[in-house]
Parts: sequence; structure tokens; C-alpha cells
Amino acid sequence: MNAIKRIYSKNREVYRLLLIIVIWLVFMALTKFKKFYTFKNFQTIAGQFPEFGLMALGGMLCMMTGGIDLSCVGIANATTIFVVTNLIATFGETGSMPLAYIFVIYLIAIAVGAALGAFNGFLISVIHVPPILATLGVNELMSGICIVMTGGAAVSSFPKEYCDLFSNNIAGVVPVRLVVFIAVALIISYMLAKTTYGTKLKLLGTNQNVAKFSGLNNVGLLFKTYIISGICSALGGMLMLSNYASVRADYGSQYTMQAILIVVLGGVSPNGGKGRISGVITAIILLKLLESGINRFQNVSSYYISLIWGAVLILALVMDYFSNGRQRA
Amino acid sequence: MQTTLKKLTQRNEFYTFLIVLALAVAVEITSGQFFTPNNAVDLASAMVVPGLFAVAEFMVLISGGIDVSFPALASLTLFATTKFLLDQNYNGPMIVPFLMVIVIGGILGAFNGFFIGYMNLPAMIVTLGASSVFKGIMQGALNSKQLAVIPDCMKSFGTGALFTATNTTSGLTSKMPLTFIVFAVVLLLAFILLRYTFFGRGIYAIGGNPASANCAGYNVKRTKFILYILAGVIASLGGLCRVCMMQQCHPTNMLGMEMNVIAGVVLGGTAITGGAGSLTGCFLGTLLIVMVENSMIMLGVPTTWKSVFTGALIVIGVGISAAQVDRANRAAIKVKKEVGR
Amino acid sequence: MAQSLLKAVDICKSFAGVHALKNVSLELQPGEIHCLAGENGCGKSTLIKIISGVYQMDSGYIEFNGKRLTKITPVEAINNGIQVIYQDFAVFPNLTVMENLALNSELAAKRKFVNWKRMRQIAEEAVAKINFHVDLDARVGSLSVAEKQMVAISRALMFNAKLIIMDEPTTALTKKEVKALFEIILKLKAQGIAILFVSHKLNEVFEISERFTIFRSGELVATGKTSELDDKKFTFYMTGREFENKIFVPEKLSEKPVFELQDLTLNGYFDKVSFQVRGGEILGITGLLDSGRTELALSMFGLRPADSGRILKNGREVKIDSPRAAIHNKIGYVPEDRLSEGLFLPQSIGENIIISEIDGLTKKGGVYDLDHAQKEEQRWVRELEIKTPTPANAASTLSGGNQQRIVLAKWMACDPDVLILNGPTVGVDIGSKHDIHEILKKQAKAGMAIIIISDDLPEVLSTCSRVLVIKNGKIVDEMDAQQATEGEILEKMM
Repeated sequence: MNAIKRIYSKNREVYRLLLIIVIWLVFMALTKFKKFYTFKNFQTIAGQFPEFGLMALGGMLCMMTGGIDLSCVGIANATTIFVVTNLIATFGETGSMPLAYIFVIYLIAIAVGAALGAFNGFLISVIHVPPILATLGVNELMSGICIVMTGGAAVSSFPKEYCDLFSNNIAGVVPVRLVVFIAVALIISYMLAKTTYGTKLKLLGTNQNVAKFSGLNNVGLLFKTYIISGICSALGGMLMLSNYASVRADYGSQYTMQAILIVVLGGVSPNGGKGRISGVITAIILLKLLESGINRFQNVSSYYISLIWGAVLILALVMDYFSNGRQRA
Repeated sequence: MQTTLKKLTQRNEFYTFLIVLALAVAVEITSGQFFTPNNAVDLASAMVVPGLFAVAEFMVLISGGIDVSFPALASLTLFATTKFLLDQNYNGPMIVPFLMVIVIGGILGAFNGFFIGYMNLPAMIVTLGASSVFKGIMQGALNSKQLAVIPDCMKSFGTGALFTATNTTSGLTSKMPLTFIVFAVVLLLAFILLRYTFFGRGIYAIGGNPASANCAGYNVKRTKFILYILAGVIASLGGLCRVCMMQQCHPTNMLGMEMNVIAGVVLGGTAITGGAGSLTGCFLGTLLIVMVENSMIMLGVPTTWKSVFTGALIVIGVGISAAQVDRANRAAIKVKKEVGR
Repeated sequence: MAQSLLKAVDICKSFAGVHALKNVSLELQPGEIHCLAGENGCGKSTLIKIISGVYQMDSGYIEFNGKRLTKITPVEAINNGIQVIYQDFAVFPNLTVMENLALNSELAAKRKFVNWKRMRQIAEEAVAKINFHVDLDARVGSLSVAEKQMVAISRALMFNAKLIIMDEPTTALTKKEVKALFEIILKLKAQGIAILFVSHKLNEVFEISERFTIFRSGELVATGKTSELDDKKFTFYMTGREFENKIFVPEKLSEKPVFELQDLTLNGYFDKVSFQVRGGEILGITGLLDSGRTELALSMFGLRPADSGRILKNGREVKIDSPRAAIHNKIGYVPEDRLSEGLFLPQSIGENIIISEIDGLTKKGGVYDLDHAQKEEQRWVRELEIKTPTPANAASTLSGGNQQRIVLAKWMACDPDVLILNGPTVGVDIGSKHDIHEILKKQAKAGMAIIIISDDLPEVLSTCSRVLVIKNGKIVDEMDAQQATEGEILEKMM
């Protein structure tokens, strides 16, 4: 019994979310069973959440260091616009792209994401700009560059082979986008659990001064973290590209706040030093299930989703408050 | 005189002012249009809404908190008020919209204040959630749509002019809007509050050492609670000016302004961690951001470049600010050492 | 017999079933300077909080100036004339000295509007009471620790204080500043104010207090006149153990020096420092707070790389420009302030122990070897006798002495050739202090070269074989620990 209690308290955030998921699933089963519990529905959810789920993963790492990444969307859009520009330049607006070229565009995407992430890392770890301001400025800058490059409009004339492929489902079942997300999640999970990066990240986020005195490479760790976040944002952008089959400077602008919401809901402390990937993934799933479920109710406006997300977030904080016995810092 | 100059150069606001001046001169040299009466009025007019938001955010930042919900808060307040008045076919004086906006803004601010003040939950996350909640209420429960028509009193308030400035060379005229009075009054009241009342000093004290503020005799929870109510009221006043000046109520128009406003306040020397900053700096920083947009029109730069410039400004601005803080810290350690000998 | 100022009788206090205070008593006369001593966790902070109204006692009573105080609030304590100056002084670093001084009293007078002229008047009166010269418009954050303390004391005097309680007031003060503080205390005594002085520093107890009280594990162990107290009795009362202060005699010194500095210079802090340390030696470096000793330590560890000069390890010159470089060269550093430099308080004891050696705990391919890490954690908890039920508990759950053991474990886990320690037993209970010294001596005997930087002269003389005195950034003397006396060293330091 004690072992169960210990495991629960260690993973409290995850189990709390799982509980809410179960309650919600039961509720949906009782009310909209036919419309909600369809294979197509779950398949759609599984194909939609990866794009900002990736941003949440990157954001989680930044928040564990006590920072934050507000530039996910700016980096995502900058990435896709670069990629589309390259496609148009290489194959023309109406040309066709050989599937092998996907490797090239993904390389471009990762390069752009890494470069922008490194810029964030530079501002934060070398110049000591507070993360909230550095990433906010970069986001604004990248959004601006996107607007200039697209003239403020959506660009949708370019070879669509990539978009078609990645909107597909493998063997008709598993969305390709989900595979990308799982791959990245596995890599990050491995890094956190099986390499020293996870421990170092946690301790760096706890106290940067002590980390310095302990011989940790603060600058290197921060660079690495923001680069990974930049790459995650870039990959998120690539998934958005396959979803919308077009690029625009302001696609996904709601994702920034959503990603932070998810990360905090998943148990990551904004002060740094704490966080589990399982919590974040559970939070993503919970919120997407909530969203999808609400959409099944015709009379309920989908705008209520925004309301519920905010309420759930504050509810989670309040629950924390009462269970910690008012030990809030 | 020498010591005044020395003290001046140690303050962040001085550098922000220099940058504002530099930008003004640059624009003047390029376009010859900056130091004209009608441009001054245009700038003042453009400052009203971001300025009001900035004052609200400034006070919250000083207390060591942060508020990212104020655009959503203002939007909700304004939509609810405008819709209600329209539905009632309201024809009366401006005082009623003013009161409604203040009351609703205060209630929404109290929502934030309760969780941040009384339950001491982290401000960033609470206002993030609140932002979603406010948006959800506005777009969901109230089913917000763009209101192309607004009550007469608001329309005339928005178009009313204090005076008109004319640019004799170009013949352009600009009206100094009535709404500027709202900004000026709020600025003055905020100044008095922060400098001449203990409530205001309490905001600084809480930002400097929250644990000790209680020992000193402040009711920290209540002070924070009231602070967020005030922020809600001021932000809502900003929303009111926006709707009146635009002559219509667009529910999502103000959303997304939060980061630029915060950037403006911080560029003016307010510490994001709390306890330090002045209203002057807040004003200058916001002015700088507004000027960038304003100048581009005069420099003939297409508006698509707006975000690039504001983004670059923020990055360079906070970069310089951070580097300065580093240098000041190292200098302070050195001074202490010498004194200790 | 004159009426006592403060009489606390048979005070009991428990927290969640754990006894913090068991029938303790304390008595103070007006104008008396009284030292309350005891190891961390002995209950002295709890008693202070009860006297000042922050906590309520479970049983017993307190009489202040003849009046029985029951269930008082902090405000009532202040109104009765009880003032506490905590270790962090409870000042607002972002506000001016003037505001810090006047704020409390203005708020107590329930004022709503600020009259800056009146604030200034109040502040001027406050600093005049102890003749404290300071720029009233300076931000308190820019003041030195001693000046901040003066602000706190001035503020305390504004409320007709009859008793001022000071919690470990000399922790961050230089010797000069401690002298100044003691003069203030005597001045306050002359004004009829009693001072309750919490300290565990023996020399201070002897220097300033007239009477003393010692707690141990929540119980009163001894009280009486300071003139009747001596070293041995003090230590015995504090710990219940008797310690023999054995001097350290190095055995089996390495032939060649393991660590050497040649003309190391950091502009503005220390100049042309040279010395050698051999394996098996414990070298002491002592000097006043501002003598450059801490900067020297930071330079040796790479946190503040020197401007010129050489560092040699085993005869070869090495470049120490970062802590990582230092660790790579098998140099370890136990920092001055474990709370802000040495420990990740909310993280587990185990993680704190292995963090500096973590890169060595990997399997092939960079995989983190969790098993090995766990074994290391358990090994060091055992070897350094860190009192905790499990290494998974947070470091913040331990007492100061045990926390210092964690920091020590962290560095020993890196298997250094040279271990530099800065103030290794500051804020550590006497029992842990003794144990830490024994650990260091054992390591030295096993061949490690150890450098202890400390201004605790008894510590230096009992653990080190050689002592270097640093003054104004220069090494002014080298002494043999067996033959030097505290007096001689003090003379060279000042």
C-alpha cells in the first residue's frame, strides 16, 4: 500500500489528469457515444494534436530550466515559409516534387529551427536576457520576417506531394503525423531518462548559481535546450504545413499560449527544476479529448473550449494549493 | 550639476529617452515630418490605448507579478458593455458606459486578484488561464461578433477633439482626441498613487521583499487583490478608448497586444522580476514602441515590415538592457570591495 | 531583587507531535546582554518566535516587565517593546534607507498618504540614535551587509524597544564590523535596552555577553554567568560530548607538491600569491573577510580566473578558467555559502551528491548508469554518516551540519587530488564540525592535498599543519600550526 502511495505522490500530476480523462471518457460514452467513439474521430485527434504537441515538448524543456519559449509559433512559421520558398524556387509553383526530396526539406526545417533556437540560447545564456523577453522578441522578429516574405497573405501554390503524404494514415490506421510526434517524444524521453541531460536540466533549473559552482556547463545546457525547442517548433511547423497545405505568417498563433497551458497542466513548474514528459503528454491528450468531445455537442459553441482550458488550468493550480497544505512559494 | 548628471546616467530611463530622441531625429532627418504639430498629435493619439494598458501592466510588474490577460479582459468588458447598451437602445450620456466598464473591468480584475492575491498562485499561469476563460466567455457564452455600430455617446466621445493641430507645410490636420484625457488622468492618478500613498509604496515593497512586507504591516494578500482590480479597471478603460476611437467594437482586435505592451514597459527600465521601475520609464518605453510603428508610415516603409522592426527593437533593446545590468552588477561588486578595504 | 525584564517559564511547544521545546526557561534583566546558544534544531529559533508572538506556546508563561503575556501577536510584542532582528534583516532592497526606516512606523500609525518630509524626519531621528551615518536616499540593496544590519537596528529602536533579539547577527560581518556592532550593543545597553543575542560562536559569547543560556534538543541545559564558562564546558553543554582538540600532524607527505600557485594575481583582489601544497598536507589560509581570501579560492577553482600567474598541478601548468576545467584537473571546491552556492535544496540528497561526477557515471554510448549512481549515493551517505532515512529526501530536510556533509560528499565523490574548502564549518553544529574535521584529516592521511580557508582560528590551528596569513591581497606570513598561537595570527591578519 505504501509503495502505491509513493508512486502516486511521485506522479501525482499524471494520475490526476488520467482521472479527469477517465471521467470525461465515461461522460462522453454516456452522452454522445455514437458520435464520439468512432475510429475516425480518434484518428482525427491523433492526427491533429502532434503539431502543437511538439511545441509543448520543446516548451517543457525550456520551462524545466526556469525559462520559457514564446517563439514556437514564430519559428514554426518561419520554417515553413523557408521550406515553401525553397520548393517554389526548386520546382516551381506547379511543379512536382520527388518524394525523396522530403529529406531535404526536413533538413532545411531542422537547420532553421536549430539556428533560431541557438539565437534564443545565445540571448539567454550569454547576454543574460530574461527568457520571456528574448523569445518574445525573436517571435515578433520572425513573425515580421514571415509577413514580409509572404506579403501578409497565405501562400498555397506549391508542390503538394509532401502535404499529401503526411496527411495520410499508415496502413489506413496510424496518421503519419502521429508517428513523427511519437518519434520525437521517444527521443526526448530517452534523453531525459537515460542520459545525464535530464538530471542536469532539472538541477540547472533549480538553481543556476549552484549549477555553476558544481561544474555544470550552464551555457551549453541552455543552448542545447533552446536548440531542441527550436527544432521541435520547426517540426511542428512542418506538420502544420502538411495539415493546412499552405503557409501564412500567423498560423497557429493560439498555439503559444496553449503549449504553455499544456506544459503547466502536465506538472512542469514555471520556476524550473521539475517536470515529467508523461505529464505533458497526458495533458495534451486530455485537452484534445475535451475539445473533441465538446465539438460533438451541436448547441455548445466550440469557443467554450477556450473557457474550459483556462478553467482546467486554474483548477489544477487550486488543487495543487490545497494538496500542498498551502506551502506555495 | 555633476552629481545630477551622474545620477541621471545611472538610470535606465535616461537611455530609453536617448533612444527615443535618436529615433525622432532620424525620422526628422529622413522625412522632415517628425517634429510637426500634427505628428505630435498623431503620436499622442496612438499612445492612448497602449499607454493605458502599459500603466496597468507596469503596476502589476512592480509588485512582482505579471498579467497576460489584460487584452482579453478589456475585450470581454467592452463587448459585454457595448452589446448590452446596444440591446437597450441606449441614448444617454457617456457616464454610463464609463461606469459599466469600470465595474465589469474591476470584477474581472478581482478574478485574477483572488487567485494571485489570496491564494498566492503564480501570476503568469493564473492570468494565462484567465485569458482563456475571458476569451471563452466572450466568444462562447456571449457569442461575440463584430459590432459595427456603437452607442452614440461612445461614438461622439471617440470622435470628439480637444483641439486640432495643423501641419502648415502639408496641410494635414490631426485631431487630439478626447480620449487622451482619460490617459492623462489615469497617468496622473497612477503617479499620485505610487508616490504619495502607502498603498502605492506597498506595491514596491511587495515587489522588493514579499515576505517582509507582511512584517512591515502590509496586508499583502489584500493589497495584491486590489492591485489586480485596479489593473482590470485601467485595462478596461483602455478598451473603452479603443472602441470609441475605432467607432466599432471588434472583439478580437486587441488580442495579442500583451507581449508588445510588456516589452514596452520593460524597455523603459521596469524589472520583470519586480520592485524596480518608474512611470516615466514605462511611458518612454511604450512611446518607443508606438513611435516605431508611427515612423514607418512616415518613412514610407510598407506596413508589412512593422513586426520586423518592433521585433528587432525588442531583441536589441532587451539585449542592451541585460548587458547593462551585467556590467552594473560587476561594478557594484568592485565598489563594495574597495569600500571594504 | 529587581524585577526581571523577561521571564519565560516552563515553555513547551510541539509541532505535529514533535517536541520543539520541553519546559525551557529563560530570564533576562533590564539592560542585560544575554547569549542564547545551541546547535541547529535545539529550539532557540522556536523560543524567539514565541517571545515575539509569531508562534503560540503550548504551555508555560511569559512575563515581560511584570506583565503576563498570553497569546500575543507580533504587533502586540512590538507594542510591548520586543523587537527581533532576523538574519535577513527584513529590509526592502529596492526602497531607500529612508523608506525602510519610516515605513513600519507610518503603517503602524495607520497613515494612508505619504508625506516625504515627515518620512525623512523620522529616518533622521532613527539613525541619530546609534550615530549611524548613511545616505538616506541610497537604495538599501546597494548597502553592505553591516550597513543593512544598522538599518534594521535603527528601525528596531523606533518602537521604544526594551528588548532587542538578534539572530546570529555576526554571520556576514567582517571583524571590523563585528567590533562596530558590539560597540552599538554596549551603547544600547547603556540606554537600558536588553539584548538577547543568538550565537554559537564561542569567542563572541565570551566577548560580549554577561550571561548565557544553552539549549540542546529542545531542553534547557545550562544557564549562568559567562564569567563562569569555559571552552570545554561550552562544548559539552552544546553537544553532550567531550572533544579532544587534537592537532593535525601530517603523515606520509608526497614528495613533490600536488598543487602550486606561482605569482597568481587578480587585479584589485590579490597580488602575486605563491605557495605549494603536498599530498597529505592540510594547508590553512586565513585572513579577514575582505583580505582577498574568497577571491583567491574562486580563482583556484576557475570561477574568477586570475589575471596573471600560473597554477601548477603535479608540476605541470594547467589553465583553470572554469569550474569544469578545475574538476577536470581533479580540483574540488566546497563553497562558502552552501545554501546559495553548494546545494540544490529542493532536489534529492542523492542527486546533490552525484551531480559533479555525473559525467563519469555513464555506460557506453552516453547512457546514464542509474545503478552506479544509486550505489554512489548510498556509499557516500554511509561514509559521511549523513543522517537521512533515504537519499531520495530533499536536501532541504536536513540540518546545517548534515547539509554540509552532502556538499563534502559531492566533492569527495569526484575523487579530487586537491580539495579547497572555504569556511567549511560555518553554521554547522559542533558535533558535525568535529566530524567534518576528522573526515578531512582522514582524507589527508590517504594522500589528498587539502586547503582550508577560514577565519575560525581554533579550527585552523587544530586541523591544519601550516597556516598562510593573507592580508590586503598579499600573503604576509607562513606559520607552523603546531607552534603558532591565535594571538600571533590575529596580529598578522589585521
